[in-house]
Amino acid sequence: MKAPLFDYVNATSLDQALGLLDQYGEEARIIAGGQSLMATLNMRLSQPQVLIDINSIQGLSGVRETRKDIRIGALTRHMELLESDIVKEHLPLIASAMPHVAHVAIRNRGTIGGSLSMADPAAELPACCVALDATFELSSRSGQRVVKARDFFSGLYTTERQDNEILTQITIPKCAPQQLHYFEEINRRQGDFAIVGLACTAAVKKGLMSSKRSLKALDVVIFGCEDKPTRLAQTCLHLIGTSIDKNTITAAKQKLEQELNPTANLEGRADTKLHLATVLLERALLSLARDIGTID
Amino acid sequence: MDNQRPSDRESIIGKSVPRSALRQLVHGRGRYTDDIQLPRMLELVFVRSPLAHAKIVNINIDDALRQPGIAHIFTGADIAEICKPWNGEAAHRPNLKSAPQYPLAMEQVTWQGEPIVAILAETRAQAEDAIDHVFIDFEELPAVVDPHGALEASAPLIHPDLGTNLADEQLIEAGSPDEAFNKALHVVEADFTFGRQTGVTLEPRSVIADYNSGSRSLTVYQSHQSPFQMQDLYAQNLAIDENNVRVICPDVGGAFGVKLHIYGDEVAAVASSVLTGRPVKFVADRMESFVSDTHARDHRVKARMAVSANGRIQAFEVDDLSAVGPYGHARRFSIVEGLQTITSAAAPYKFKHYRGRTRIVYQNKNMIGMYRGVGLPIACAVGEQMVDLAAAAVHMDPLEFRRQNYIDDDMYPHTTATGIHFEQLSLHQCLTQLKALMNYDELRQEQQQQRERGIYRGIGIATFIEQTAYGSRYYGPTEARVSVQEGCTLKLEPTGKVRCLTSATEQGQGTTAGIAQIVAEELGIGVDDISVIHGDSGTTPYGGGSWASRGAAMAGEAALKAARQLQSNILEVAAALLDLAPQELTLSRSRICLKHNGQSCMELEEVAKIGHFRQDQLPADLQPEFAVTRSHVPRNDVPPYYVANGVQASYLEVDTHTGIIRLLRHWAVDDCGRILNPMIVDEQVRGGIVQGIGGALLEKCHYDLQGQMLNASMADYLVPMASEMPDIHVEHVETPTRYTQLGAKGVGEAGTIGAIGVMWCAINDALRPLGAQVKEQPFTPEVILDALKQTHQ
Repeated sequence: MKAPLFDYVNATSLDQALGLLDQYGEEARIIAGGQSLMATLNMRLSQPQVLIDINSIQGLSGVRETRKDIRIGALTRHMELLESDIVKEHLPLIASAMPHVAHVAIRNRGTIGGSLSMADPAAELPACCVALDATFELSSRSGQRVVKARDFFSGLYTTERQDNEILTQITIPKCAPQQLHYFEEINRRQGDFAIVGLACTAAVKKGLMSSKRSLKALDVVIFGCEDKPTRLAQTCLHLIGTSIDKNTITAAKQKLEQELNPTANLEGRADTKLHLATVLLERALLSLARDIGTID
Repeated sequence: MDNQRPSDRESIIGKSVPRSALRQLVHGRGRYTDDIQLPRMLELVFVRSPLAHAKIVNINIDDALRQPGIAHIFTGADIAEICKPWNGEAAHRPNLKSAPQYPLAMEQVTWQGEPIVAILAETRAQAEDAIDHVFIDFEELPAVVDPHGALEASAPLIHPDLGTNLADEQLIEAGSPDEAFNKALHVVEADFTFGRQTGVTLEPRSVIADYNSGSRSLTVYQSHQSPFQMQDLYAQNLAIDENNVRVICPDVGGAFGVKLHIYGDEVAAVASSVLTGRPVKFVADRMESFVSDTHARDHRVKARMAVSANGRIQAFEVDDLSAVGPYGHARRFSIVEGLQTITSAAAPYKFKHYRGRTRIVYQNKNMIGMYRGVGLPIACAVGEQMVDLAAAAVHMDPLEFRRQNYIDDDMYPHTTATGIHFEQLSLHQCLTQLKALMNYDELRQEQQQQRERGIYRGIGIATFIEQTAYGSRYYGPTEARVSVQEGCTLKLEPTGKVRCLTSATEQGQGTTAGIAQIVAEELGIGVDDISVIHGDSGTTPYGGGSWASRGAAMAGEAALKAARQLQSNILEVAAALLDLAPQELTLSRSRICLKHNGQSCMELEEVAKIGHFRQDQLPADLQPEFAVTRSHVPRNDVPPYYVANGVQASYLEVDTHTGIIRLLRHWAVDDCGRILNPMIVDEQVRGGIVQGIGGALLEKCHYDLQGQMLNASMADYLVPMASEMPDIHVEHVETPTRYTQLGAKGVGEAGTIGAIGVMWCAINDALRPLGAQVKEQPFTPEVILDALKQTHQ
């Protein structure tokens, strides 16, 4: 388990890194926390010509707050997100997901940009970003562009990022005061990738004529099933405008079974994963219903 | 025999004395094989088979030889020129078939991961770079993966010369099982599938070989449990005079039986040093460890048990099918798991009619060998599950059912229907103690209350036995050249300190600390006055090493004998100096004291000094003998093992929606005879339980139908982690064996042996009200959900 030969450049500016990316294209790999890349290098699953280290680039790290959004630098470590008061206050879904992101040693090094760019279909942060309608800033020599998280993930370990681009910043709208969220994943050991996971956000509308409250908005994302985080658009559409009760939950589980097409892996067959996804959906909806008071 | 110890001073045996040898490890000053750097050393990597079964048509190394840093490249034929193959046959079992095994594959490969070509380079990275430049043409053959399929007439033969894929079949029969089953009121039956596991050691297998062509001597540093076995192997198979072969086991980071075996890659590394005249290092990386470290388990078992209306076990039957990879492990055999399964399942119970059969088959997967517990976890899981089913059939509480069917305390010595001899077990006492420890009755009430709320918790109880410290009556007839005696040399140094050279080896478990306690106790000195030297076939007395939970029981007894002799020799010199009789004296707190009142007469250091430097002060005919060697081997007229026993309990919760299991609490009451160091013993039990829980819930070597291992990395092969582990409460009963003066039995495997079975019982206890039972481990969410689904249909 020794990596094959490669050149290593410790980039000190974004320009330098982008220049190298331009030059080497798909023969280059960006290294941030290195928590996945180092293993794939040592297993010789990845044999780049040059490794561009972005850890020394100033300004790529940190969490800050604007009037409407939270901006997270791509080089922000998982541990920083986990401990961030801004995240706790304004991005409670991310705050609930962070304890499930790997183990302490990995969190100390691993970065949000690395996790999103890696696009592991069973990872927590891609799913949360899709649920929260985050936008990603991609930089290249030719400038910057913004891609919505919902468009960014294109398949198994593949994204819309071009070979000459670096993911530099993640922007997530602040959670509104009435907004609800739910996060849960099923795995055999805390910190492992999920067998199946669910991240969701919801907003509630108060009835004008009655105290009965219904769902104004709902986004449910399942991860660990398909080749990328799956947004259950049809299932959510079916639920929006309803108040959650036993019947709507049963119907929603049926919708999910039509909408989700899990792929088997060593952790479970497709039918097992589909079943687990319905269990998580039910738990999420029950939790939301308790939050809005339609079910005790 | 004499289990007495001097009563005139505080005893060190039985105290939780901290292990001073650990200090160097926490200081980062451990010295593992990979830490050793020799001049002119080459690094070795292997080209391993990507296929499970294939003919090797051609090997082309020309391009690889031209790569930077490459010194030599050897194929199987090159190594075979100087190294004889070995074979997993046993002299007294003529039906056991096994093919000769060469260090590197010869004409065919028989498992994915089998080493084919050895590349030696100046650096490991250079050697790895050259792998892609070795070109091997294979003619792929159909792989035998399924154990049942291996026995079908149409199955391809892995070794055509053997004429069959069946390695061996063993039968045991006692009483009249057919008649007993026919007459029985209740017969319960079940099938069990045990997944393949491997022992994951923190330090991978490692070896450095240094052959000196001038002196024709071989020094090998090896992360191994038995330097003596390897010395013998290198002398025999590489034809080097044994007095010139020295095997040193430096610090070893975990072994669990994995490092007891003879591995083709390790022997090829040693042979490479002989061929090149340069030191050669091979350290298995984590990826190749998964496909080359010995695997374990992989059994299919059918069992049935007959029980009377009043809950007495009448008869028992076990049919085991064990798949062991393509070869039998030389000297250790791959039939042992199967044999243990049929001799030890339900062995704590007093039934008379029994039939057991095990069939051992070859297949195209990595080899199966010794791993903590060796078959006993399977025996325990099968026996205890059947006991639970029988108890349920007669509507008895499973704990009371066990008590009623255990061998009675007045039946010892006792030979079971399965053929095991028990000197003395403490089954009833352990169960009584466990029941109190876990608050069994309250826990059952709590379980019932939770069930009413839709929460499914299970309580499992598993009784286990552990045949420890196997002796000569077992290994001798195999002609396997496995030493079962252990030795100890004690040297009194001129300052009154002691060096202890033991044949026991240390892989992290603390055996050598226990041995120091024995010596300290007998010589009346502190444990820090003793240095223990171990793991060196060139300096320590010959022995077996550490395996089969033998260290404390066997090497401990040798140390006790040596210490008593050294004490006698010291007192003889002291008596001459004091003009007293040796019988009037004793050793205590590093002093020579009067036995009758404890009065100090002189320092031990003074005796040591005179004995070494001032012999002129001694009587003319007195020879001070301050170096003593003693051995211990079990007597031939007693059973070839000391049987330990115990009982474990587990309390867990099954999420019936997700199949996730949450461990709530775990208890163990263990009887390993005399306890040398409670802290070490407790942690052996806990560590063993955690490893067993790993097997029960997490660990499985996944193979596809082509014999490819699918999860050969730490990301996909899940081992237990602290966050998921329950609190484990450990208590003891002490029933010393009377076969030794020390009275210790083994404890290293106890935790693992009971853990899979107790988890299985607890899970099925949780699922029983839902009509579901799991039949396959590890108990993944999918296994649980599938079991629950079957009840809905």
